[in-house]
Amino acid sequence: MSCLQTIADYGLRSVGVGERLLPRSDFTMCQQFTLIGSGMVWNIYFGVLALLGGFFLATALALAKNTETRLIRKPAEWFIFVFRGSPLFIQFFLAYEALSMLPRAGIPVLGITVDTDWMTRAWAGALFVLFLNTSAYAAEIFYGALRSVPKGDLEAADAYGLSGWNKFRRVTWPTMLRLAWPSYTNEAIFLFHATTLVFFSGFPAFRQEGDALYYAKYFADKTFNPFIPYPIAAFYFILLTLSVITLFGFINRRLNRHLPQERRAKMRFRPQIIR
Amino acid sequence: MLCYLTTGKQMLFYGSFGIVLVLLAVTAPVALLFGFSGALAARSRITPLRWIGRTYTAMVRGVPDIIFFLFVPIAMDEGIEYVRNRIKCPDWNQPVFAGNEFHVCAAAKMPLNSAPQIYHEIYGFSLAVIAFAVVFGAFAANVLYGAMQAVPRAQLETAEAYGMTQAQVTRRVLIPQMWTYALPGLSNLWMILIKATPLLFLLGIEDIVYWARELGATKSTVYAYPHPDWRVYYFLVLLVFYLVMTKLSEIVLTRINRKLSFGQATAGGEALRKADI
Repeated sequence: MSCLQTIADYGLRSVGVGERLLPRSDFTMCQQFTLIGSGMVWNIYFGVLALLGGFFLATALALAKNTETRLIRKPAEWFIFVFRGSPLFIQFFLAYEALSMLPRAGIPVLGITVDTDWMTRAWAGALFVLFLNTSAYAAEIFYGALRSVPKGDLEAADAYGLSGWNKFRRVTWPTMLRLAWPSYTNEAIFLFHATTLVFFSGFPAFRQEGDALYYAKYFADKTFNPFIPYPIAAFYFILLTLSVITLFGFINRRLNRHLPQERRAKMRFRPQIIR
Repeated sequence: MLCYLTTGKQMLFYGSFGIVLVLLAVTAPVALLFGFSGALAARSRITPLRWIGRTYTAMVRGVPDIIFFLFVPIAMDEGIEYVRNRIKCPDWNQPVFAGNEFHVCAAAKMPLNSAPQIYHEIYGFSLAVIAFAVVFGAFAANVLYGAMQAVPRAQLETAEAYGMTQAQVTRRVLIPQMWTYALPGLSNLWMILIKATPLLFLLGIEDIVYWARELGATKSTVYAYPHPDWRVYYFLVLLVFYLVMTKLSEIVLTRINRKLSFGQATAGGEALRKADI
């Protein structure tokens, strides 16, 4: 079987397109590269959607944590504490068990029965957990940035007669993003890494449609040779990390474009480990 | 209920919290040692050594740590068995990776098939500790390398001006001073380490996640329990356990940080000085 044939058969195996059975013996390099690569679809899916949704919730949470009103501040603080203080792994398990306790037949809401079956599937349940998790981490980053918006900027906005929504949209928010961006890049990288946990934590891989690490482990378990599949998965993740850094670097350049050259926050080539 | 909570299986569940604490206690110093050597190697003047150090510090940045947790124990295990195979059975002529198996002679198995169960468990646990130490050592190497770079250059130059050798500068000036710069990163790392402990489950250790799944289920591989599915509550207990752990560590680490930044020429030290006046 040629390599092109393998790619045609297994290239989209992780989303259920192509050959039904996974290869069982005599694994070739091509098969391993193709299947693990097809698993990356899930990692990218979880990472991108959780980041997109999490960005907005994180902004809201950071603002909530920054307000004076106790009634708004306390829930936000607790949310951030619970999701940052406990392991993502446990959160996955807890969410899976909680979701599978929902009645199988569906919940009647206003006469319509809402299906609950899909919620225990990884594509919805795990995505939901990742979304909440990254929101909490990003909210803490944004909150820190919000606290360090220069006082002068805010006073200048007041002097121009900006207030409320206008002040937030034109001054506070862009400055907050600019300050938070290097750490946020770091969070994005680690979120993509965290997506590998999904299929090891309660959420079953439906019809053997898993992520990159799921297939890598499949090969390693079958051949007892970890020296080929894991480095392949690592290779894909290095590519993914580099693309994330490049993309976020572009956004960083745009966020900093009004500043004089030497004051621009350099994208740190050495992301610190916070997660 | 009280009776249920004190059954033998439940006791094993409580004991597994001990496993987590032991893992933390053993891994933290070993990882710090790995990190320390990694950071020193990355600063070394000997080029190959520097490359090794740089690679080690860089490796966790692009690749998810879970891959290492899965990779390191198997790789270590097979490496050890391969070496033992070469020593104990010199006339073994079959290839090691044959088909779907890892082939070594019976005498080279580690631990021996005939060894009691407890040795198998200890061996598995040590492999897990090594995997954690390698990964967190790399994280720590990142932090410590950054901290060493952050020590003001003038301090080192002064030491050189006094005629100290490179080793003396490192030992007497660089290392004592770097801790205050390293502490925020290291405390962060400690939090990550706490939050990584449930991954022991992936390595096949019977830890708290394993027992929570076993005991919570209505029917498990070991036993059928006379209660409905309680896994949610068991995992809720674990969640609270981890929240308490991280909160406690946070309080302690903030205290240590305050102590260490006392009298230092950093923003933290400056804030303390102003508070005193």
